[in-house]
Amino acid sequence: MAAELANLKRLSRKEMAARVAADIPEGAYVNLGIGLPTLVADFLPKGKDIFLHTENGLLGMGPAPAKGEEDPDLINAGKQPVTALPGAAFFHHADSFAMMRGGHLDICVLGAFQVSVTGDLANWHTGEAGAIPAVGGAMDLAIGAKRTFIMMEHFTKAGDCKIVPVCTYPLTAKTCVSRIYTDLAVIDVGRDGLVAREVVAGLSVGELSRLSGVALTDGRTA
Amino acid sequence: MIDKIMASAAEAVEGIKHGSTVLVGGFGTAGMPFALIDALIAQGAGELVIVSNNAGNGDTGLAALLKAGRVRKVVCSFPRQTDSWVFDRLYRAGKIELEVVPQGNLAERIRAAGAGIGAFYCPTGYGTLLAADRETRRIAGRDYVLEFPLHADVALIKAHKGDRWGNLVYRKTARNFGPVMAMAAKLTIAEVSEVVEVGALDPEAVVTPGIFVQRIVRIDAPRQETAT
Repeated sequence: MAAELANLKRLSRKEMAARVAADIPEGAYVNLGIGLPTLVADFLPKGKDIFLHTENGLLGMGPAPAKGEEDPDLINAGKQPVTALPGAAFFHHADSFAMMRGGHLDICVLGAFQVSVTGDLANWHTGEAGAIPAVGGAMDLAIGAKRTFIMMEHFTKAGDCKIVPVCTYPLTAKTCVSRIYTDLAVIDVGRDGLVAREVVAGLSVGELSRLSGVALTDGRTA
Repeated sequence: MIDKIMASAAEAVEGIKHGSTVLVGGFGTAGMPFALIDALIAQGAGELVIVSNNAGNGDTGLAALLKAGRVRKVVCSFPRQTDSWVFDRLYRAGKIELEVVPQGNLAERIRAAGAGIGAFYCPTGYGTLLAADRETRRIAGRDYVLEFPLHADVALIKAHKGDRWGNLVYRKTARNFGPVMAMAAKLTIAEVSEVVEVGALDPEAVVTPGIFVQRIVRIDAPRQETAT
């Protein structure tokens, strides 16, 4: 199976980011999680009003500032310097998390260790003995947005599928994931299981299902 | 005449007792009240319970308070960072207690304390390790966890400008926990970069009204320190 995995034509991280960005409509209030999801910002359509939320207290987040223009009071959730676009708003933490928990945020894009076939998410803790637990806003984000998108490699470096029947890592939230974007496919989490909407060239839904070890319905329209 | 302005950070932290629960503002180093924390270290209170988003960065601010051995327990959302070596060492040596709280629950529990709420049902964390053995309830088809307010003896926060009545405005994302922490403590102490005359702050723009603030001290540092 390792050989089969090695020969697959995968999307690059940038291609994955562009694919997620294509699903974000004008007017959406969006939170991009730390890591891979942050890349999505670079591929959002120019000239459309899309509002980026960062949970430390800013709506209307802009790109990183030019060198020398960094302001230690203006950072994102990853504690990196950012800018505030015209029309931006600052707010305190309780309001910021009310935007999520209260269902005001449209889309949240997160990374994951594992997603289960029912949309359970594990992305905060490996559960390893001796690891210092640190959750940050992961649990709030996972349950907060109207739609939670997951963006991750389909397989771990060891070749284990990250889409699993049941999460073995500690859960971040139950049944919270609506769509999964991987380097091999776009998969919806439906009431009756997983539905593959897109699969990379040269791979069938049946093959992907077999390699992944989870049932996938073929929901491709084209 | 009411004047909440203190002459120094040392005067501002006078009377903080051993064993106090202290809310400390800031997200990483943005909004962290460095001068008040340094003054608290010098003041000497120990056995503290610290409530803050992180557990210190580098060797300054909250990390310095931990390093001085003054903290019994940390309640926070994200202790583990690339530069949290002070906390990591104490935790691994079994010298400090840790309660991990999802970030939004931390903010809302602090807010609830300030708003006089007895407890509240919250969906965050349901079905996870952080809500194990907790009271839950299904309301209109959704599962919630019962969360309790986080009251405190003292809040140490940083704001941008303040007046002698305690009205505060903040700067950019350094606002973070300041407004809710100011509400939740018996004694709220704010360090500000600038003190202005009463009436100089636009009432439409005041973020924390003076009723929530007991002491203010101006600290001559236009930019906060960085943590490295």
